[in-house]
Amino acid sequence: MSGLTMPLSIALPLVAATLLAVVRRPARPRRIVLLGTLGLLLAHHVVLLVAVADGAVLATRIGGWPGGVAITFVLDTFSALMLVATSLLALVCVWFAIAAGEDERSMFAPLVLVLVAGVAGVLLTGDLFNLFVFLEVTLMPSYALMSMSSDRARFAVGRVFVSISLLTSTVFLIAVGLVYGIVGTVDLASLAGAAADSPPLAAAGAVLLAALAVKSALVPVHGWLAETYPHASPGVTALFSGLHTKLGIYAIYRLYSLLYGGEARFAWIAVGVCVLTMAVGVLAAFGQRSMRSILSFHMISQNGYIALGAVLAAPAGAAAGIFYLMHHMVAKASLFLSAGAVEHRYGTGRLASFGGLARREPLVALAFIVPALSLAGMPPFSGFLAKYVLVRAAIGQGQYIAAVAAVAVGALTLASMIKIWQSVFIAKPKDDDRHEAPQLTAAPVGLVAPALSLAAVTVILGLTGDWLLALCEQAGRGLADYTAYAEAVVD
Amino acid sequence: MSAAVAVGILVAGGVFLILQRGLVRIALGFILLGHAANVVLLASGGMSTREPPLVGDGVPADTADPLPQAFVLTAIVITFGITVYLFALARAEGDDDDTEADP
Repeated sequence: MSGLTMPLSIALPLVAATLLAVVRRPARPRRIVLLGTLGLLLAHHVVLLVAVADGAVLATRIGGWPGGVAITFVLDTFSALMLVATSLLALVCVWFAIAAGEDERSMFAPLVLVLVAGVAGVLLTGDLFNLFVFLEVTLMPSYALMSMSSDRARFAVGRVFVSISLLTSTVFLIAVGLVYGIVGTVDLASLAGAAADSPPLAAAGAVLLAALAVKSALVPVHGWLAETYPHASPGVTALFSGLHTKLGIYAIYRLYSLLYGGEARFAWIAVGVCVLTMAVGVLAAFGQRSMRSILSFHMISQNGYIALGAVLAAPAGAAAGIFYLMHHMVAKASLFLSAGAVEHRYGTGRLASFGGLARREPLVALAFIVPALSLAGMPPFSGFLAKYVLVRAAIGQGQYIAAVAAVAVGALTLASMIKIWQSVFIAKPKDDDRHEAPQLTAAPVGLVAPALSLAAVTVILGLTGDWLLALCEQAGRGLADYTAYAEAVVD
Repeated sequence: MSAAVAVGILVAGGVFLILQRGLVRIALGFILLGHAANVVLLASGGMSTREPPLVGDGVPADTADPLPQAFVLTAIVITFGITVYLFALARAEGDDDDTEADP
């Protein structure tokens, strides 16, 4: 299969976004177009993943311009896996948003579609400058999605989000300029291994990675995520958790392996950052009082795990990290969606306001506890397998501190999940009857179904994760050796 | 050298403004930072060759590298868009654009 259909992943959502921005009603066909587009994208990405599952690399030049001039799209196993995961999450999160009525804000659907187009662009582009452009394409609709609701707190939140993203993008852009000044190209394929014998390029690459570390919320530049994510509407938080920071992580994997591949001299810095991120995130979560802010700090902590996979030498480390990334995207979105279902029903996410939901909302309880245990790394869920392969890779490469930290932080994660479980679902209901309104018998199935379906995915991956692990190993090999990537771009 | 000095001054001014509380000042700071990034991009193409990069016009050795210029154009458009959005955010809360801590 040739890679000629790749640009459709960007064109299709953009066309649909234009359509939905102009045609404002009726609501039902709009929803069908929105879900249909996301469904088509998912199907397209699965087809692409099947085409590159054996480690093949597809490349296409937009408009048929000759190499060196053309904008190239490149697809390897890693980017195909990410495409499938992101489009699956986009579909499920939009499903939740529709069930919760979040899509009734007039521009919700076009904004989400532009965001999805930008995500596909980031994952497909073979060029550093276009990576910057597509990151901006993902950010623009996100600014609007973030501050779409008009209460005052969210405007302040929107400020933090816009400022930090703009600052990050500017630093990234400066770094792209530095790279171009040193090497004379921003083509990813021709940057492979270039930093090994060029200290200036290695330094410019460090600036790139610093900007991406802010985007991925790694310690010590993590504060913005916990300030902003819990204040967006529940569906948007889940969508951002699956798409935004994960794009930063994707770019870290790509650039770290591309520029420094196998270079161990500075690995201790990166390992240190990852271990600190794991520890700080999980400890900070203990101080939080609402469901989604606890989950946001856990996301920071988990990003440390995922980034660790990029730092450990490919292919084993990268394969473990990518598997962890896949597991984490599913489990975390499921948690955010089940917390969102509770919040949507009861109008608050504060732990102190709840109690005894397990009996009243058995489905929500199930949709929460399964990904919560998975996140903490309990068998038989995907989190156990993910943590196991990551710790094994860390020990295999002599990173004993990182391995011990990974296990210890897993235990703390479990403690934190039990805290939510205990106070929201098990504890005796509070005295005040505000939430005992008679019509609240149980959340409608439609509201819980998105979270439940992702919870089912994490169970399936935990029981039969071999095929995904094999794909991740293939992706890891692609990151360890860029020969095939470079050949595909030149042809 | 002149480019490096210009970038230094722009970044210093930009960082100073971003650390202020008013959102309008923050936006102005981002404009300065954006200019700094644009100067870096332009400098990355080489500061000595400045003839317009048009085919069949001038000596190829003297023409500027067109690619960074295209980068800068793209970056200017993006920065401009976000700046307008920042100003809109500053305005959306009424006349007071102070960045306060959440109560």
